[in-house]
Amino acid sequence: MFDGERQARWRARLALGLLLAPALIWLGALIVLPHVDLALLSFRARVGPRSYVASLAQYRTFFQEPLYWHVFVRTAVMSILATLLTLLLAFPISWVIAKLAPGRAGSLLFVLCLIPFWVSETVRTLGWMILLRESGVLPALLTWLGVTQAPVELLYHDATILVGLVYTSLLFMVIPLISSLESLDNSLIEAACDLGAGGFAILRTIVIPHAAPGITAGCIVVFMLTLGNYLTPTLLGGKNSQWFTEQIYTQFITRFNWEEGAAFGFLLLGLSTVMVVTGLKLTGQRFGDVMRRT
Amino acid sequence: MSAADLVADAVSKRFADHVAVDSLSFSVEHGSFFSILGPSGCGKTTLLRMIAGFIAPDSGDIAIGGTPMRGVAPNRRPVNMVFQQLALFPMMSVGDNVAFGLARRGVARAERRRRSLAMLERVGLAGAAGKRVDELSGGQRQRVAIARSLVLEPTLLLLDEPLGALDLKLREHMKIELKQLQAAFGTTFVYITHDQSEALVLSDHVGVMNAGRFEQQGTPQDLYYRPQTPFVAAFVGANNRIVGRATASNAGLVQITTADGWTLHARGRGPIATGDAVEAFVRPEVVSLARHARELPEGRPAHAGHVQSVLFDGANSAVLLREAGTRREFRIALPQTGQFSDLKPQEAVMFSFDPERAVCFAARHGAAGQDV
Repeated sequence: MFDGERQARWRARLALGLLLAPALIWLGALIVLPHVDLALLSFRARVGPRSYVASLAQYRTFFQEPLYWHVFVRTAVMSILATLLTLLLAFPISWVIAKLAPGRAGSLLFVLCLIPFWVSETVRTLGWMILLRESGVLPALLTWLGVTQAPVELLYHDATILVGLVYTSLLFMVIPLISSLESLDNSLIEAACDLGAGGFAILRTIVIPHAAPGITAGCIVVFMLTLGNYLTPTLLGGKNSQWFTEQIYTQFITRFNWEEGAAFGFLLLGLSTVMVVTGLKLTGQRFGDVMRRT
Repeated sequence: MSAADLVADAVSKRFADHVAVDSLSFSVEHGSFFSILGPSGCGKTTLLRMIAGFIAPDSGDIAIGGTPMRGVAPNRRPVNMVFQQLALFPMMSVGDNVAFGLARRGVARAERRRRSLAMLERVGLAGAAGKRVDELSGGQRQRVAIARSLVLEPTLLLLDEPLGALDLKLREHMKIELKQLQAAFGTTFVYITHDQSEALVLSDHVGVMNAGRFEQQGTPQDLYYRPQTPFVAAFVGANNRIVGRATASNAGLVQITTADGWTLHARGRGPIATGDAVEAFVRPEVVSLARHARELPEGRPAHAGHVQSVLFDGANSAVLLREAGTRREFRIALPQTGQFSDLKPQEAVMFSFDPERAVCFAARHGAAGQDV
């Protein structure tokens, strides 16, 4: 009896281990290991051919060089801006899908949000370039309408980068928002209205508090995606984009300075962590609650 | 009638394929408890939502406290509603729930707090202000929902089957509590329900609604003792329904003969000619039961039957029997004397009733021949 019980328990443990194995391998081999290696890289400096010493030189360089600083802060600010814009745009869309469009119409609208993601991000972004470049569709249209005298270059502006980032991120905001708005009981809205609340009061006192975990989840995901985005800022912003991921790319690939690149990578990770923690603290949310909503 | 808090005048609402509310007119006096009683799908929720302002009537007018409400948004009406699932705000404390409406009116924080605490105390929830909504029991939530509305001192409080979600015991308790609350506050209550017992116990007046219209309006006693339509007779309280033809009529007393040949008598209501299809209703408690014909009250037609089953339910016990000739089911309330506590299935019994206390209507169109 005792033996059989122990065997059963051992078998259960084996099953659990096997089920978890892919996740553990993924986590260990693809995330933890490279990061450990990157951490080691970032804390050493090259003193001669194939000779390295432990040093904080890489991080010192970052703080001493204004360009790196500037790009770092700019990336953070632009990412926050893109996140807020995405939220502003996604909220009404999610509201319509979750609350106003009945059944099939709601699903259809959701599919419309999803369809652009069937196309690769590169192709989508190139599509934006076709629309916005000086000889592109939109400048031609503006000229034809008489808004501008000659076609203007709409690429390579900060606004262009923001448009691209919002476009890329929209779905990741819409999904958690829909799920949190769908779970809002309509009778709560009616009750608030019945008790004298107008549209804005209902939004502020009922809808936003209810959707807060969804809003936070969407913002965290969008912020992380935007901060780590490489393609969109590079293609739409050109040389002016000054995105921090480009600096990392440059260090690794162009300069072959892996030590500096690794340090930058960790700085970006740190930035993203600090922003997420600050965001959660400011809105009084807990990470666990928020992630259950996504 | 001078102080009618709610007047509906020929109110109609049509949805795509059916008429939900059909040219309904009624008024509710100040300070009274008015119930709208009807089966599900009869249009009572639509009517209530039109009074609250969530849907607009296609035609007709609703006036509350003497003011016409056409075009007035729900958040601007002197009406508050207790929702079926109560719709308390889970993101707020109990105190904030009660203070919500006051805050929307711009009442200062200190005053808001004072009034919501006073209201919570009046409904017996002193000290609950800081609790979360999900920490309360079903009955307590009910009281919070009512307090949240009454703190705004509405002209009219609408209640949308608020006891539906509670278990039986609590429902009985809350019925009494609701009646006491209404008496204490003196606010006009408009209550919708499909439960005839709730309507009878709580209300000063009841409108029995069917297919978008009121079949009858009146006091609970009116509805019970003097039903004006077969629907009311069948819906309010238990009743034995017998379908047949009027075979004779004498000074308003109709002789009814069923298709299978059972003859009985009832007081006719409305014009009934000999040969008409009719429906008769006999309440279980007006029927006398006896083991021998001589024990029955004198001067009434006696009927014979066999006990089918005894339905023991304390004070509401009844016996289900089959009429001897036709094997029709007939329900009789058992007297509280314990005289029939040893009644057995298949036992032969006699029964009779005063035809003046049974009622007979000309059959509803299309209802003849149907039997329930």
